[in-house]
Amino acid sequence: MLHTINKSPFESPSMQECIRFAAPGDPVLFIENGVYAVQSSGRYASDIATLLKTNPVYALQPDLEARAIGSLVEGVKTVGYDGFVDLVEVHRVNSWL
Amino acid sequence: MEENIKKIMHVMRRAPHGSIYTYEGLEMILIMAAYEQDLSVAFIGDGVYALKKGQETEGISMKGFAKTFMALDGYDVEKLYVDRTSLDERGLTEEDLLVDVEVLDSAEIGRRMNEQDVVIHH
Amino acid sequence: MNIGILLKEGPYNHQASDTAYKFAEAAIQKGHRIDAVFLYNDGVINATKLGDPPQDDRNIAERWSALATEHGFEVLACIAASKRRGITDELMIRGGSITGLGTLTDIAIRNDRLLTFGD
Repeated sequence: MLHTINKSPFESPSMQECIRFAAPGDPVLFIENGVYAVQSSGRYASDIATLLKTNPVYALQPDLEARAIGSLVEGVKTVGYDGFVDLVEVHRVNSWL
Repeated sequence: MEENIKKIMHVMRRAPHGSIYTYEGLEMILIMAAYEQDLSVAFIGDGVYALKKGQETEGISMKGFAKTFMALDGYDVEKLYVDRTSLDERGLTEEDLLVDVEVLDSAEIGRRMNEQDVVIHH
Repeated sequence: MNIGILLKEGPYNHQASDTAYKFAEAAIQKGHRIDAVFLYNDGVINATKLGDPPQDDRNIAERWSALATEHGFEVLACIAASKRRGITDELMIRGGSITGLGTLTDIAIRNDRLLTFGD
């Protein structure tokens, strides 16, 4: 199951809640303000690094660019909207609004 | 027609009254209940507050819908899951809740969530 | 693949409608079929035609209308959510209409995926 997170972790517990319930191996995709979580220098970088040990982590490239986020936690993959669609082809979706 | 029955989970994640999401979420659940799908409702995070006993909403001019959760059983929505960690974090226990629910570990709710065809957060 | 979209947030206040649109566009481009976009909560405002944003901004309602009519899907506003917010049939964009939550249930049942976008 693909999990999407659209809230900044500084604003909302969405990411923490998602991580608590997501199964190992499930991909996690950060979109909209959610992408602030995957910055290499941010407070949540260590949470993302831990998550990467069990789950593939993606961030939506246009949302990163819009927010001037260039440096990501190592291992986070970026996708465009077409890559988002590719993930949805493979997985059912759980959007953590 | 067994194969046409979908597993649909509604996830209540917000405190009631401060926004309409919980109330309109409940309205959605009540309608979907008539369609004989495999419905469940999970209460996670601030969503657990929706079930708290003793809510008096008269003073804020809002409909007190908490009791409607008690009626879900009558609509054959019997799978109500509450996240134990979310209760603990908020100093709540099962005794504080209006409705008969299954209090489960996050991992168990996660497993059930993972079996769903559709998950809708409110 | 057949995809249903549930959009739970109004236009402009939040990025949800933009993300849903971009996703729908990309899905169509990849050969998937958008079955319907169902609007709930303040999301119903996405289907109203009276919005008049500044020229240099996107017109969200018009954009949905164009995508829906070009690709043969409907933008469906929940009747209960619409009534609460003063949204009527006369206000609907082309390709948009008002319907009940039962329709959302049908959308959830008949599609390979139901994606939710919102706040």
